[in-house]
Amino acid sequence: MSLRKSISLYIRYAAICVRSIMEYKLSFVLMIFGRCMIAFTEFLAIRFLFDGLTEIKGYTYGDVLLCFSVIHMSFTLSELFGNGFKVFSGIVKSGEFDRMLLRPCSPILQVMGTRFEIGRTGPLITSTITLCLGISESQVSWNFLTAFTLLLMIIGGILLFIGLYMLGASFCFFTIEDTSILNALTYGAKEHGKYPIDVYGRGVLRFCTFVIPYTLVQYYPLQFLLGRSTNWVLGLYPVGVVVFLAICYGVWCAGVRNYKSCGS
Amino acid sequence: MITMEHVCKSYKVAKRKAGIGEVCKSFFRREHEVVHALQDVSFTIGEGEMVGYIGPNGAGKSSTIKILSGILTPDSGSCTVDGRIPWKNRTEHVKNIGVVFGQRSQLWWDIPVIDSFELLKEIYSVSKENYNRKLEELTELLQLSEILKTPTRQLSLGQRMRCEVAASLLHEPKILFLDEPTIGLDAVSKLAVRDFIKKMNREHNTTVILTTHDMQDIEAIAERVILIGKGQILLDGSLQELRTAAGGQDAQESLNLDHVMAALYKKLDIM
Repeated sequence: MSLRKSISLYIRYAAICVRSIMEYKLSFVLMIFGRCMIAFTEFLAIRFLFDGLTEIKGYTYGDVLLCFSVIHMSFTLSELFGNGFKVFSGIVKSGEFDRMLLRPCSPILQVMGTRFEIGRTGPLITSTITLCLGISESQVSWNFLTAFTLLLMIIGGILLFIGLYMLGASFCFFTIEDTSILNALTYGAKEHGKYPIDVYGRGVLRFCTFVIPYTLVQYYPLQFLLGRSTNWVLGLYPVGVVVFLAICYGVWCAGVRNYKSCGS
Repeated sequence: MITMEHVCKSYKVAKRKAGIGEVCKSFFRREHEVVHALQDVSFTIGEGEMVGYIGPNGAGKSSTIKILSGILTPDSGSCTVDGRIPWKNRTEHVKNIGVVFGQRSQLWWDIPVIDSFELLKEIYSVSKENYNRKLEELTELLQLSEILKTPTRQLSLGQRMRCEVAASLLHEPKILFLDEPTIGLDAVSKLAVRDFIKKMNREHNTTVILTTHDMQDIEAIAERVILIGKGQILLDGSLQELRTAAGGQDAQESLNLDHVMAALYKKLDIM
């Protein structure tokens, strides 16, 4: 199936999700508002922290805000598009995945399309606002290269999180066990990713480079962005996430081949 | 059209006894049991045939349907449907088959049926003319005009099942798999679905494979019956041969088919 056809199909799937949610209008509005507020309190936590501090390990309020916004925005967008993988065990248990395999298009497209989470636009509003604040208050000298790095960080972050969700979903093919262990990684990354990883020390930095490559989208490009390093190659590090994504895709494909289906 | 040769499929099932103690024990050591869902299953089905695939619960009917439709990969054996291996050429294969699972819906729950159909049209890349023609035909035969604009969640089971059948035929598949299509339907809906299936077979030469526990379905639709029990094919022939196999056909003739089947299941010891 051609890419254009796939994209148009994805949009149709997503549109149906949105319409389904709109059937219950009040719950939709409350959901957007609620999630917006949750994200806002996270921002307040940072704001209050810097009431007493001027900087953490050389990072100013604006720098941390930028870092927070990037991770938060990546995470929110990854949930917006990749929520299907997060709830994948439910999709398998209900037999919905059987049906997906009966359609002449990619199961990945269908998993992502059928669980398009429009409710995530709530926190997206918050993270857009904090991103603007971060951009104006950080020490970054903005030019084409730094702006491009920022964009790469966000896109790389989205792909990284989606890769993790996909990895978690793949486990459903091999075991019926709960796979919340991966939530520790995704939510953990979202929580700790608010601050540049090196504030936690070298051990965490290494873990986040070699085990789960968070630093590719956060710590390293941030060094270049904030002018702590003049090496512009660091700004391209988020591209490395593609390798991670490819590994996750491989595991997923192996999983689909191992699919056991369920019940009658 | 369809050939299955020496297909085997087994599952690993986790086992434990009831009780909280057993739950804790299974936390550390889990016991597994291998269930042989299919053991050396072979059959061929020609184009345009209508085959009833029957057997008691857990006999391997659904596993067979899932292998034929490309959802499951068998452990061993070969299988071709219309010249393709279902689980290898999945995308090409599923374009030519329609599948109805009586116990599950393929329609989108919260949107009108017609919107589900429109999306299916896109998924299967059906041209506008073909889609309109087919939709008109299906609407007339299954009397859908009243219910097309209703969201799926508000349909009765009978209405929904008619829509399910229509949904699986929009892309004009050559083969139709029906897994318990009349489960829970009232008499009128049952008859409507049966008549429709027969009509599809007559007019479009659609190959139909039907699994059901409703023997009247079999009587009405299937020209040929394949009986499976404990993962093995036990009988392959006409309904009359089935009656004969159950023994004492004079006495059995007066009984209804459910009794014939029960007697046969007991005789073959596959319950």
